[in-house]
Amino acid sequence: MADLTTSYLGLDLRAPIIASASPLTGQLDSLLALERAGAGAVVLPSLFQEEVEAEEMAAVDMMEVGDGFAEFDSAPLAGIDMSGMGTQHHLDLVAEATANLSVPVIASVNGSRKGGWVDYAKELVAAGANGIELNLFSVNTDETESSADVEERYLEIISAVRAGIDVPLAVKLSQHITGLSAFALRAQQAGADGLVLFNRFYGAEVDLDAMALTSKLALSTSDELRYPLRWIGILRAQREGLGLAATSGVHSGLDAVKAILVGADVVCTTSEVLHAGPERIGGMIAELDEWLDAHGYPSANEARAAMSAANVPDPGQFERAQYMKVITSR
Amino acid sequence: MVDVSNTWAMTDGNEAAARIAHRLSDVIAIYPITPSSAMAEASDAWSAVGRTNIWGEVPEVVEMQSEAGAAGALHGAVTKGSLGTTFTASQGLLLMIPNMYKIAGELTPAVIHVAARTVATHALSIFGDHSDVMGVRMTGWAMLCATSVQEAQDFSLVAHASTLRTRVPFLHFFDGFRTSHEINKIRLLSDDDIRALVRESDVLAHRGRGLTPDAPSIRGTAQNPDTYFQAREAANVFYDAVPQVVSEVFDELAGRTGRRYQLAEYHGAPDAERVIVVLGSAWGTTKQAVDALNAGGEKTGVLTLRLYRPFPAGELIDALPRTVRSIAVLDRTKEPGANGEPLFADVMVAVAEHAEHFAAGTPRVIGGRYGLSSKEYTPAMAAGVFAELASASPRSRFTVGITDDVTHLSVTVPDHFDVGDQALGAVFYGLGSDGTVGASKNTVKIIGADENRYAQGYFVYDSRKSGATTISHLRFGDRPIDSAHLITEADFIAVHQFDLVNQMKTVDIAKVGATVLINSPYGTDTWAHLPREVQQIIVDRGLRVHVIDAASVARAAGLGARINTVMQPCFFYLSGVVDREEAIPRIKASVEATYGRRGRSVVEKNFAAIDAAIDALHELETPAVDSELHRMAPMPDSAPDFVKKVTAVMLAGEGDRLPVSAMPVDGVWPSGTTKYEKRGIAAEIPIWDPSICIDCGKCAIVCPHSAIRVKITPAENLDDAPETFQSKIYKDRKLADHRLIVQVSPDDCTGCAVCVDICPATSRTEVKHKSINMEPRMEHVAVERTNFDYFLGIPEIPRDHVRHDQVKGVAALQPLFEFSSACSGCGETPYLRTLTQLFGDRLLMANATGCSSIYSGNLPTTPYTTNAQGRGPAWSNSLFEDNAEFGLGLRLAWEKQNAQARRLVGELAGHLDPGLVSGLLTADQTAESGITAQRERVEALKQALASLDDSRAVHLLSLADELVDKSVWIVGGDGWAYDIGFGGLDHVLGSGRNVNVLVLDTETYSNTGGQASKATPRGAAAKFAVAGKSSPKKDLGLFAQAYGNVYVAQIAMGANQQQAVRALSEAQAWPGPSIVIAYSTCIAHGIDMATSMSHQADAVATGYWPLYRYRPTEEEGAVPLRMDSKAPSGSVAEFMMAENRYAMLKRANPGRAEELFALAQADADERWRYYSQLASVQRAKPKGN
Repeated sequence: MADLTTSYLGLDLRAPIIASASPLTGQLDSLLALERAGAGAVVLPSLFQEEVEAEEMAAVDMMEVGDGFAEFDSAPLAGIDMSGMGTQHHLDLVAEATANLSVPVIASVNGSRKGGWVDYAKELVAAGANGIELNLFSVNTDETESSADVEERYLEIISAVRAGIDVPLAVKLSQHITGLSAFALRAQQAGADGLVLFNRFYGAEVDLDAMALTSKLALSTSDELRYPLRWIGILRAQREGLGLAATSGVHSGLDAVKAILVGADVVCTTSEVLHAGPERIGGMIAELDEWLDAHGYPSANEARAAMSAANVPDPGQFERAQYMKVITSR
Repeated sequence: MVDVSNTWAMTDGNEAAARIAHRLSDVIAIYPITPSSAMAEASDAWSAVGRTNIWGEVPEVVEMQSEAGAAGALHGAVTKGSLGTTFTASQGLLLMIPNMYKIAGELTPAVIHVAARTVATHALSIFGDHSDVMGVRMTGWAMLCATSVQEAQDFSLVAHASTLRTRVPFLHFFDGFRTSHEINKIRLLSDDDIRALVRESDVLAHRGRGLTPDAPSIRGTAQNPDTYFQAREAANVFYDAVPQVVSEVFDELAGRTGRRYQLAEYHGAPDAERVIVVLGSAWGTTKQAVDALNAGGEKTGVLTLRLYRPFPAGELIDALPRTVRSIAVLDRTKEPGANGEPLFADVMVAVAEHAEHFAAGTPRVIGGRYGLSSKEYTPAMAAGVFAELASASPRSRFTVGITDDVTHLSVTVPDHFDVGDQALGAVFYGLGSDGTVGASKNTVKIIGADENRYAQGYFVYDSRKSGATTISHLRFGDRPIDSAHLITEADFIAVHQFDLVNQMKTVDIAKVGATVLINSPYGTDTWAHLPREVQQIIVDRGLRVHVIDAASVARAAGLGARINTVMQPCFFYLSGVVDREEAIPRIKASVEATYGRRGRSVVEKNFAAIDAAIDALHELETPAVDSELHRMAPMPDSAPDFVKKVTAVMLAGEGDRLPVSAMPVDGVWPSGTTKYEKRGIAAEIPIWDPSICIDCGKCAIVCPHSAIRVKITPAENLDDAPETFQSKIYKDRKLADHRLIVQVSPDDCTGCAVCVDICPATSRTEVKHKSINMEPRMEHVAVERTNFDYFLGIPEIPRDHVRHDQVKGVAALQPLFEFSSACSGCGETPYLRTLTQLFGDRLLMANATGCSSIYSGNLPTTPYTTNAQGRGPAWSNSLFEDNAEFGLGLRLAWEKQNAQARRLVGELAGHLDPGLVSGLLTADQTAESGITAQRERVEALKQALASLDDSRAVHLLSLADELVDKSVWIVGGDGWAYDIGFGGLDHVLGSGRNVNVLVLDTETYSNTGGQASKATPRGAAAKFAVAGKSSPKKDLGLFAQAYGNVYVAQIAMGANQQQAVRALSEAQAWPGPSIVIAYSTCIAHGIDMATSMSHQADAVATGYWPLYRYRPTEEEGAVPLRMDSKAPSGSVAEFMMAENRYAMLKRANPGRAEELFALAQADADERWRYYSQLASVQRAKPKGN
């Protein structure tokens, strides 16, 4: 049995496989199942500022239904316990998870207004989160905000949150950052302890019968791992001391091996456990362990970054996006 | 309740009473009824969170199917030796009478707490008087009357303690709304106080008498002439002991709390000559009048009885000064035909029997009525009564508070009567939907929390469910406030919606120099937009007017349309009720307390609004009166005389001024008056784009307010149409050259957008653009008013020119239910409107009490209307529980009248044209053309009869119209059909008679605030099911199908309009009983009401609400049940999560929610499986049954 312990964002994990944010990490019983299966850490579902605030306002609105009706002594749903509405639901989950789990619990946040990021990150930390993941996601449609402006805004958020909390801080990014190497450097300087690569998004979908837009997230496939592999391979060679987590497309222990080989500290998995259940984490760990054993690695740490851009014979392979075959065929 | 210290609280009478009742009960059996519901709801909420009684047990709170049921359960519980109570009012109390006699006859301790309310007579009224409690005074229950919020708490304890000591059951009552809903500052009773008065030995003795097989006894025997009478008299000693015991309990209470009450309490001059005797909240008001009169040198007094039954005659007499020469007894009830009202009669007897007490011999005693249905009773009215007593010949019977110009019983009330009220009075005018009431309650609680400060809040509502106005009356002072009447001279007036300055009297009650705050979109230009009458008052009285554009401030703070947090700080800042520098911090602290649990974002948005409010406040310059505008537009000339003289006065908020002679004597009012009340409450209205319209009629068939209309008319009818008037070619082979018009009534639309939600026609190039689109009302109102006026003048299409089994045809028929005050987006009203389109000209309706009776029958205006021939739905509401029986009675009467008419036609056949006779007697009236033909025959018959000299002809003339078939519909909500009225409904369905039942199923008691009914589905949160209902919804349709000869349909307008229309028509056509159960979305569900219809579609698609029709038949081999919806797709849970009543439960208690949702899914699956099987079962009803 190989030594699978790893350090990620300064957190000591028993295994390099993390259960990423999903409905399974939103409830204590499945969180416990993920822990039993061997997950090294868990990331709770993102607190979306826009969502929780809308929910909180809706709760207030519900309290006032029939406010002017003579025969309504209170709103119809006034008696329901609404203490778990909005933010509180997330804070309660953090408290419940950290009280019952022995593996690190990472809380995720997505702010919609300036200030929201820091405030909610602080609240999640106060509730007991062992680490914070900034789900740095926005669809940027402001015609006056350039790509550089967007990146500046992201960096401001990172440094503001860094200044506000004293637990490890990860930043989850999408692929849509043009100069990722430069951004990674500045993110690290701004205080990020690690990057989580990459976020997957709901795209647009058209329902032809209803002539309406729909947005249903499809589960990932192993193929999607190639993008995190590329950038982790590159960034591992460039950024010392920056934690790197691979996410999107991690479906097996062998996928984890690939990510670790290019330099990932950990891999995050969502689709696979959603599909196969929490216990699948155990299977993935066994596959990882088996491969390491078979290939003579006493620990995952030794395999880590063996194939980063710094350690492969042709690092350019990480960068060739379209014309690899053409060149090699000559 | 806001505990402002360990010993003080700001609370209302209901909560004050219930708090003690809950601490002293094991079993609480209830049924919701206004204005007592809050007592039951609070008890349920306390038990739900595990609050115990003083013995450490969580009281069992059980919601029954009716008050009769609650009384039965209470009887059982106390018979077993438990401590039991219930809360009720009005008809509810009347339903308890049989058990009240039993409980009292068996000398079993029990308490009923009553928020006293008007009993329905010529009309229902939810408001307060003593007609309910006076209606049970003969049941043998002791009656204790609280006059204030403080006493509602204290007497709750006295009642529970005394019943255990005396074994006589106690009815504890206080004035509905005036005391039950008034917020005031009270001193709380501690558990030690409670324990001190409720003796353990009495509890044990009661338990010891409980029915038990371990020491069996028998109760409820049948007694005979030999012993019954003596046995009744055997209880006398227990009643004789009651006054003394209550007196002792009062003394013990005083010993612990310093609050001393007497059975009969007198206030006033020790040498008074004139005295008023009253019960209830009029005590405080009359005391104010007495003090003011006596300060002016008069010798008056007032007496109240805390204990009314057993009647403490001796104590009453002892409390009256010997100098008294005349007494006016005020009863808050009416007993037509009696020699006098009950309290008057009681006092009269007591005085007559104790003449020796009075120095000048037997005083004159006169009796008057006041305050029926929460009619105001003011110090000025009390002064009027004292003046009557002082007159040379006082009326022996009188009324006060109204103008009786018929029987001339009303006493004259002085125009001004100053009682020197030291409290600061503030009045707030708002809309039901803008949070004004909530903010005002909050304000009272904030100020009342101060040590040595007192505050009172009372709230006046109209009964509209959309566009309702509210008036909040708040008093603040340094002494306890016992003024139980509205503020008539205000120091501060706030108008929270600008339109209200045009629609009602507002600043009219301002004192000279008072402060006025107006929420105005016009900012510093507001003066020019004020009506002339308002300007005049402002100038004349030197009012200081401040304006704020609260909507903008609220929007900028992220609060949307919620203006209350903007207005409240302005009040604090301007009114002087707190120091200016304290205003903002005090409000913020309150926001933190109110919203802290709802999330920081809510608190922050409110803080932002508060911070911005004061800066946005401007004092208005009040130059000369120069406005061209006038408030309260007069009625159109076309309005009937009655509407102009009566309805218009009521609409102006001045119904109190109407004299007795203006009133119909029997509660019979003209139909179709909503059209005279142009409310204009929508921000956006639907605008039609004919270019993409597909003629489906869905917009009109789903419109809850009949505000979007469809007409089909020959093209030439539109030659004189205004230029702005839109129409399109109507695609129908039979109606060539006809145009279709879809027209909105811009002043009647409530802006719910349900029509847009259902509209299936979308632009090919821009999918968001439909054939109906919501657009700002202000941009379209002028044009659409003109268009709608023109539209109304276009002749209706002849009823048989369109198909009645198709949505597009029915949509084009004239609706005879329009512009009701139902909630915006109401799911019930589209069914009712459709009913009137199908059968409105021959519709006879029995409507159970509930939402539908309120929006159908609540004055000043009502929505059922008439067609050009003057025909239309004839509607009546009897009660809540008896609706099916009432409707059956209507049917039986019509059948009898019809049979009589037919018999007379036969008997007079020799004098009539044979063709006419056979036509009349054999008419096929199943189709519209048959109805039309029969109406023509009836006209011919009437003409023929006019020249016949035969007494039978006179009778036939009066019955001739009954030869045209009538459609009897029994309509009500699920509270009626599933619960309180189920027994009667079942009986009526079982009668085989040709009645039609429409159940508007909102799955909850919508009208009284969302209590669970047996129609509430599993997993839904509701009052009395706050943790989600654990039992499944009762399948009412299946019960009805069991009979085999009952037509049964389950429909959902939003899912399948065609099926809904068809079911209503088939139900009408079926010659036996029919029941149609209609899924009705409701604000109590917690959905966006704009999506009412698509939500219904989801309900059906997921199997939550399957559609079917069960069509009984005599045909062998036929399968009567037909499923009209497809096998469920998608999950019920997913549908449920779109409703807050489910979603909030999921948030609050995910584990339980998941369990219940799984069961709800299983319910739906099983229902579908079961119904699918039934849908292949052959069943024929026996021929001729």
